[in-house]
Amino acid sequence: MCGIVGLFLKDKSLEADLGRMLSEMLVTMTDRGPDSAGIAVYNAHQAGRAKITVQADHPQTDFDGLEKKLGTAIGARVKMDVRDTHAVLTMPQASLDAAMAELRQLDPVIRIMGRGESIEIYKEVGLPETVVSRFDIAKMTGTHGIGHTRMATESAVTTMGAHPFNTGSDQCLVHNGSLSNHNSLRRKLRRENIRIETENDTEVAAAYLTWKLQNGSSLGEALESSLNDLDGFFTFVVGTKDGFGVVRDPIACKPAVMAETDSYVAFGSEYRALVNLPNIEQARVWEPEPATVYFWNH
Amino acid sequence: MEKLDLQALGLRALNEKLQNQTDETNQKDWEIINPRGSHAIAVGVDAPINVTVRGSTGYYCGGMNKQAHIHVDGSAGPGVAENMMSGTVTIDGDASQYAGATGHGGTLVIKGNAASRCGISMKGIDIVVHGNIGHMSAFMAQSGNLVVCGDAGDALGDSIYEARLFVRGSVKSLGADCIEKEMRPEHLDILRELLEKSGCDAKPEEFKRYGSARQLYNFKIDNAY
Repeated sequence: MCGIVGLFLKDKSLEADLGRMLSEMLVTMTDRGPDSAGIAVYNAHQAGRAKITVQADHPQTDFDGLEKKLGTAIGARVKMDVRDTHAVLTMPQASLDAAMAELRQLDPVIRIMGRGESIEIYKEVGLPETVVSRFDIAKMTGTHGIGHTRMATESAVTTMGAHPFNTGSDQCLVHNGSLSNHNSLRRKLRRENIRIETENDTEVAAAYLTWKLQNGSSLGEALESSLNDLDGFFTFVVGTKDGFGVVRDPIACKPAVMAETDSYVAFGSEYRALVNLPNIEQARVWEPEPATVYFWNH
Repeated sequence: MEKLDLQALGLRALNEKLQNQTDETNQKDWEIINPRGSHAIAVGVDAPINVTVRGSTGYYCGGMNKQAHIHVDGSAGPGVAENMMSGTVTIDGDASQYAGATGHGGTLVIKGNAASRCGISMKGIDIVVHGNIGHMSAFMAQSGNLVVCGDAGDALGDSIYEARLFVRGSVKSLGADCIEKEMRPEHLDILRELLEKSGCDAKPEEFKRYGSARQLYNFKIDNAY
C-alpha cells in the first residue's frame, strides 16, 4: 500500500496552517503504511540562501559543532536549526554544491535528506503520528507540502528508504506502488552521473525526473516521459520550488483522490485524508485519470 | 428513521446494528451521518431496509448487500457494492475503481462517473452509470447488464462471457473477444426498464450493444503466444 497526501495553497492566508493540515492528513493515512513517514515542506526562503536538511542517529553528538565545521570548510557563514534527529543547515546559495560535497564525506554519520532554496524534508521510521510530533510539523508554515506513509516492498525499512526522495535542488517525489525496472534504470542513470544513494525503487524515479530536468525537459515533459520509461505500478506526487504535480501509471490501480477550491489543491490516497480541509464540501473532488499529468504552479 | 453517527458509534457497532435487521424488522429507514470517507460502511446487510449515507464513503461501501436499498449522498471509494447479491446501491456522485465487482444480483446506480474496472467479473448484477466509465470495465464479465450513458474507456469487456454491455457514447477501445452486437427488440426492452428504474432519461435507441464474440471460451492454440 502506502499513503500519500499533498497540499498546494493558493490562498496565502492558509500558509500558517500548512504544517497542521498536512500532519492531520498524513495521520489519517496511517493504516496504509505504518513503517515510516516523511514530509517535505516548501516555505519562504531568504534570497541568495540555500538549505540542506540532514539527519543523524545521535543528534546531540553528531550535530555538535557541525555548522562551524561546515562553515570553515566552505568559507561561508552556516546557520543550523536542529529538530530531533534532523537539522536544517542554511548557507549562501553559491556554496550549496561545496556544502553538499563536504557533508557527503561525513556519510553515514550525517545523512542528507534534501536540499534546495525552500524545501525541508523530515522523515523517520515509525508511525506518522510519532514522526510528525517529533519534528513538530504542525507548527510549520509553507506554500506547499507533500507527505508519505510507507508500507515497504522494494527496500528495507530505514530512514534512507522513507519518502520523500530529493535528488535535485528543491525537487521531491513520493510514490505509492512498485517499479520493476528500477535496477536497470539505476545503472543507466549512474552512468549519466546521476547520484543515487539507496537500493529503493522510488529514489530511481526521483533521479529519473532530475535527469530529465537537467537535460532540458519541463517537469510536465519529464512526468510524461516517465509513463514510457518506468515499468510498474505508480501514483507519484512531486514537488518543485513553486509547483506540485501528480501522475498515475496507465493501469492506475494505486488509489488517488484530488480536491480543488479557490484556496488550495489537495491530494490524498483516499478521501478520508481530505475530510478536515476547509470547505471540502464545496470542493471539486475527482479521481485523477490514468496516464495523465496534472500540474499546478505558483 | 433511526440516525446513526458513524464517528460516535464506530464502524463495527454500526454495521452490527444493520446486520441484525431481519425480514420482519419494523425499523425500515436508517440514516448514517459523518461517514468521512470510512471503509466498509453498511456491508453484509441482509434485510429489506433503506439506508442513506450522508456524505462520501471509502472502500467497499454496501459490499455483499442482500435486499437492502443503500443510497450514498456523496461519492464512493473503490469496490462499492462489491459482490452484491440483491437490493440496490445508489451513488449520487462518482464511484472509484471496480464498482460492482463480482456482483451476483441487484442494481447499482452511479449518477456521476465510474473509474476503471467497473463491473469487473460481474455475475448477474445490473449496473447503470449516468456518466462515463474508465478502462478495463466489465473485464471477464459473466452475466448481467452494464449500462453506460456516457463514454467507456480502453479495453471494454476484455475476455467477456455473457454479460450485456450498453454504451450511449464513445468506446475508446474494445478488449479481446468483445464486439459490437445487433440491438434487438428484447435488448431495447431490457435497456428501457433499466434506464427507467435508475432515473435516467436517456433513450434506449441511442445506445449500442456490445458482448462476447465467444472465441475465447475454449482453449485454442491460435490464441497462445
